[in-house]
Amino acid sequence: MNNAMLRTEGLCKAFMLHLQGGVRIPVLSQIDLDLHAGECVALVGPSGAGKSTLMRSLYGNYRADVGRILIRHGGSMVDLATADPRVIIAVRRQTMGYVSQFLRVVPRVSALDIVAEAAMARMHTLATARGAAAALLTRLNIPARLHALPPATFSGGEQQRVNLARGFIGGHPILLLDEPTAALDPANRAVVVALIREAKARGIAIVGIFHDAEIRDAVADRLFAVTPWQDAA
Amino acid sequence: MSETTLLSARGVSLSFGAIQALVGVDADLWPGEVLAIVGESGSGKTTLLNVLSGRAAPGTGAVWYRTPDGQLLDVHTMPAPALRRLHRSDWGFVHQDPRQNLRMGVTAGGNVGERLMAQGSRHYGHIRDAARDWLVQTEIDPKRIDDLPRTFSGGMLQRLQIARTLVTHPRLVFMDEPTGGLDVSVQARLLDLIRSLVARFGIAVVLVTHDIAVARLLAHRTMVMQGGRVVETGLTDQVLDDPQHAYTQLLVSSVLNA
Ligand SMILES: Nc1ncnc2c1ncn2[C@@H]1O[C@H](COP(=O)(O)OP(=O)(O)OP(=O)(O)O)[C@@H](O)[C@H]1O
Ligand SMILES: [Mg+2]
Repeated sequence: MNNAMLRTEGLCKAFMLHLQGGVRIPVLSQIDLDLHAGECVALVGPSGAGKSTLMRSLYGNYRADVGRILIRHGGSMVDLATADPRVIIAVRRQTMGYVSQFLRVVPRVSALDIVAEAAMARMHTLATARGAAAALLTRLNIPARLHALPPATFSGGEQQRVNLARGFIGGHPILLLDEPTAALDPANRAVVVALIREAKARGIAIVGIFHDAEIRDAVADRLFAVTPWQDAA
Repeated sequence: MSETTLLSARGVSLSFGAIQALVGVDADLWPGEVLAIVGESGSGKTTLLNVLSGRAAPGTGAVWYRTPDGQLLDVHTMPAPALRRLHRSDWGFVHQDPRQNLRMGVTAGGNVGERLMAQGSRHYGHIRDAARDWLVQTEIDPKRIDDLPRTFSGGMLQRLQIARTLVTHPRLVFMDEPTGGLDVSVQARLLDLIRSLVARFGIAVVLVTHDIAVARLLAHRTMVMQGGRVVETGLTDQVLDDPQHAYTQLLVSSVLNA
């Protein structure tokens, strides 16, 4: 189909470990994935199969060895596998968000501003961005008294919710979620499920890794199996 | 997105006697972009920074700078006064040791104002206002405007050097280990300050650091040097999370949580 938001063609990825005597670890082999507006595709497969590797490759964080990673960006398709770093940065700013499993804290920046910064690509004033950031953090049960603090001292679950707020506030047409609920309690998981459903309803295309089958069933339209390399051949 | 580079180097080599400090280095910098040059000590980082900024001449190769009106200047063949003018206005240089840039016998306000005066400003009131404003921007208590830098801490001196550098609104700033030699907590504050000022004013930066975490925090792109050569270059998080070259893998694996 041609109206995909994201498509990979023959994507292959191996790691060459030079410090371990040049051993080569093949992980992804001939991945063809299609993702359309408003759908959520869940990556499934055993631990170590390469789900996170695929997701990081989609984001341009890992480099694809072979194949194409086509992203609908500003009205045309760009191939992230060969794109200039400046294009990848623009894609991340406008088109594709990523919620990693762990928040990378920036010294001295408050939780509110971490989230507001992510909103600035879409909102025009810092005041509106901060307002939206505060509302989303509150919805994710981060109390107002924590908003002004840098998240370095937050609990694992709190950090993950700040990370989620940062991912969802950008309103990117494509969103990648790597185990977004791993450190969360049931109440917060329900908030995340609602956020994912609302995003889909707005036409946002989502690729997710969900270890929790209940959440996966609640949000995923389709499963995409990532098979360990030995089985794939 | 601009398709034209602000600064470009091609085939830059430089030897000191038998030592090849730089071997066939190509580099590009786009407006508003932060480029980190990482590598172990002795890999040629500072030498490259000096060649890019015209402070040292390459043996072979060339460096070009594009002026705001689109003119391409060959950094190493342009007349010395024109290069000095560039350093006083469009460009800035932040040294690891702020004493290299500051005049220790001149007040904090004088140090900041001096660069404006070198650029042609003459109105005392305006200069003092700008100096005060830049002390505030760099988180120095403006009450210290008439104090001498020797009464400042290391972190304050570094912030004063940044104030002095940015007061003329340069488009391009070269930084050599700007957080080197400072305590970790002081480093964090300085990094955050650099990060926000550079983003707010859209300044392009060539940043030399041996600290991968600094590159991760500040740089859009990262260039890895070993033995005077560029062994790997690309998007910062890709270079650090999925390093291709053996040397980059070694560099990344030798730090925790970079
Ligand atoms: N940066 C890297 N360098 C070297 N090898 C890597 C790197 N990242 C992942 N790998 C390897 O790739 C393989 C797939 O790992 P990946 O994290 O993608 O698995 P996963 O399917 O997400 O597993 P899990 O369900 O446990 O999270 C593993 O063998 C892993 O060691
Ligand atoms: Mg994983």
